[in-house]
Amino acid sequence: MRGKQSAAGARVLQFTNCRILRGGKLLREDLWVRGGRILDPEKLFFEERRVSDERQDCGGRILAPGFIDVQINGGFGVDFSQATEDVGSGVALVARRILSHGVTSFCPTLVTSPPEVYHKVVPQIPVKSGGPHGAGVLGLHLEGPFISREKRGAHPEAHLRSFEANAFQDLLATYGPLDNVRIVTLAPELGRSHEVIRELTARGICVSLGPAGHSVADLRAAEDAVWSGATFITHLFNAMLPFHHRDPGIVGLLTSDRLPAGRCIFYGMIADGTHTNPAALRIAHRAHPQGLVLVTDAIPALGLGNGRHTLGQQEVEVDGLTAYVAGTKTLSGSIAPMDVCVRHFLQATDFVVLDDSLHVQATYISGELVWQAEAARQ
Amino acid sequence: MKLIILEHYSQASEWAAKYIRNRIIQFNPGPEKYFTLGLPTGLPRDHPESYHSFMWNNFFKHIDIHPENTHILDGNAIDLQAECDAFEEKIKAAGGIELFVGGIGPDGHIAFNEPGSSLVSRTRVKTLAMDTILANARFFDGELTKVPTMALTVGVGTVMDAREVMILITGAHKAFALYKAIEEGVNHMWTVSAFQQHPCTVFVCDEDATLELKVKTVKYFKGLMLVHNKLVDPLYSIKEKETEKSQSSKKPYSD
Repeated sequence: MRGKQSAAGARVLQFTNCRILRGGKLLREDLWVRGGRILDPEKLFFEERRVSDERQDCGGRILAPGFIDVQINGGFGVDFSQATEDVGSGVALVARRILSHGVTSFCPTLVTSPPEVYHKVVPQIPVKSGGPHGAGVLGLHLEGPFISREKRGAHPEAHLRSFEANAFQDLLATYGPLDNVRIVTLAPELGRSHEVIRELTARGICVSLGPAGHSVADLRAAEDAVWSGATFITHLFNAMLPFHHRDPGIVGLLTSDRLPAGRCIFYGMIADGTHTNPAALRIAHRAHPQGLVLVTDAIPALGLGNGRHTLGQQEVEVDGLTAYVAGTKTLSGSIAPMDVCVRHFLQATDFVVLDDSLHVQATYISGELVWQAEAARQ
Repeated sequence: MKLIILEHYSQASEWAAKYIRNRIIQFNPGPEKYFTLGLPTGLPRDHPESYHSFMWNNFFKHIDIHPENTHILDGNAIDLQAECDAFEEKIKAAGGIELFVGGIGPDGHIAFNEPGSSLVSRTRVKTLAMDTILANARFFDGELTKVPTMALTVGVGTVMDAREVMILITGAHKAFALYKAIEEGVNHMWTVSAFQQHPCTVFVCDEDATLELKVKTVKYFKGLMLVHNKLVDPLYSIKEKETEKSQSSKKPYSD
C-alpha cells in the first residue's frame, strides 16, 4: 500500500532492539522507516549522512511484515456478501478490528451470490490504503459462483453458474464492472474456463483455482489453467478432490514439473486447526514452502460468540473455533483470527522461532502505530 | 612495544576491544575533544563487499556515531590523488590520529602498504600484490578476476604519525609475518616492521600467531601479561568517569 510521499526531509524512525524477518530468517537488526517506506540505513549513513530522528525500543520483540489476508468473508457481524445500503461502513469496521490480529491489508471476499448482490456490493468496496482507521483494502476476492457443484461446500447450490454460453461476457454480466476486483476463484474444469482465465489475467486480476470437483478436474486440467494464467489455489485440500497417488488433482500443482518456467504457484491454507490436519499442512509446506499463503477464510461470526450467524445466503452454526452450515457437517469458513492461524501453523510446522508466543503486541501501517495491546501501552 | 599474547582469536579480540574502550574513556573525549580512531582502508565503494558495507555492518550500525564524523577513502573519486591528499588534510584537521588499529597481511603489510612500500609513504593509490588479491578473493566468491587490483591506502608514514598503534594478528598463517615484523630488522619488505621505531605500539595476537617466534620472546612477553592486563582490568565506564572527574585520574601504564 502506498504510504505518504517520501520527502528527503521527512522524519526517520528507527525501530531498535528487535528481530526482523529477512531472507527467511529472524535477524537481530534495526528497522528504519521514513515517510511510510522502509529505508536502507547504510545509504542514509553514507550518502545522506544522517542519523535517525526518533528511536523506538521494541523490547527484543519480533517485527514481522503486516499480515495480508486474501480470503476473509466478513467478521464482527459484518457479512461482505450482504447487499446492504452501506457496505462501506461494514468493511471499515472489519478493517479496523482486524488490526488487532496483525492484519494490515486484506481482500474482502464475496461468496457465491446472485448477480444482484454483486452489482450492488462490488462498486461499494474500492481499493483503499490502510492507516489508523484500519487495514488497507487491496481489492475484492470473488469466490464463486463459477465453481464446482460437487465440491461447493458451503456455497448455495441455487446460485452456482457456468460460463459455457458466453465465457467472459457471462462473467461480466454476473459480477458487473471489475475495477475493484483483485482475485477471482473459479473451478478449472468448467467449460471455456481457459478463455475466462486468460481474459482475467490480461486485466491484472489474479485467478485462483477453487472449489473443484468432477472427475475431469485432474492435474492436467489444473496445469492447463496455470498455463492460461492462474496463479493461486483457494484453500488447498478443502473443497477439492483429495490427493490420489494416481490422480493428484489440484494438489499435484505443488510439485508439478509442467508449469511455466519461473512461475510459482501460490496456495492458501486455513491453519485454524480444523480445516486441515496438521500433518496435511506439513506435507504441503514441505512439498512447496515458497507458495504457502495463510488465510483465515473468516466469516461474519469472527469475533462474536457461539450460535447462529449468516454467511451470504446461508445459515451458519458456530461452536468454539468451528463453523458448519446449519444442520450439516459441512465446514463453512472459519472464525480463527489471522494471528491464531499463524500460531497454529507455527506449532504444526515447528519453525525455528525460540520461545516467542507470536502474540500481536502492536500493529504498524506505513511506520505509524495503528493498534497496540493493552499490556504494551504501559 | 607491548606484545599481548592470548590463547584464542576470541580472547585476543576481547582484549583489544577492552583496551580500545579504556583508551577512549581515559582520553575523556568531548564535543571539543574528538578521539580519532584510524582504521586501514579497503575495497572500492559500490560493491556489496565494499569497505563501506563492511564498516556499516561491523561497526557503525552498532554505535551512535554521527556520519559526519566518519571519513572513508572514496575509491570512486575522479581524482584519486586529490582524494588521498584531502584525506591527509582531514586527519590533520581532526588533530591527528589518537589510536590506529590495524591488522597485518601474510606478507607483512600494514593497510595496503605492500612489500617495497616506502616506510615514510603517505596516503596514495597502491597496486595490490598477488598475495593480497588471493587473500581478498574470498569476498568475491573466489573469482580472482573480480578482485580489485588497486586500492587507496594510508601510508606507513601516515600510520607512524598516529600517537598510538595497535596491530591485531591472529592465526598461524600470519606467524611468519609477525616474526619478520618484530624479531628481524626494520625492512620495507615487511612494512609492519616500521613500527619498531614507533614510541607506542601494541601487538595483540593469539597463540597460533606466535608459532615462528623464539620461545624466549614468547616467554618474556607472557611473563609481562600480569602487568599488561592492568590495561584492561578495571574496565572503565563513561558513567563512572563522570563521577571520577573531581578525583585525580589514574595515569595510564606505559613502558
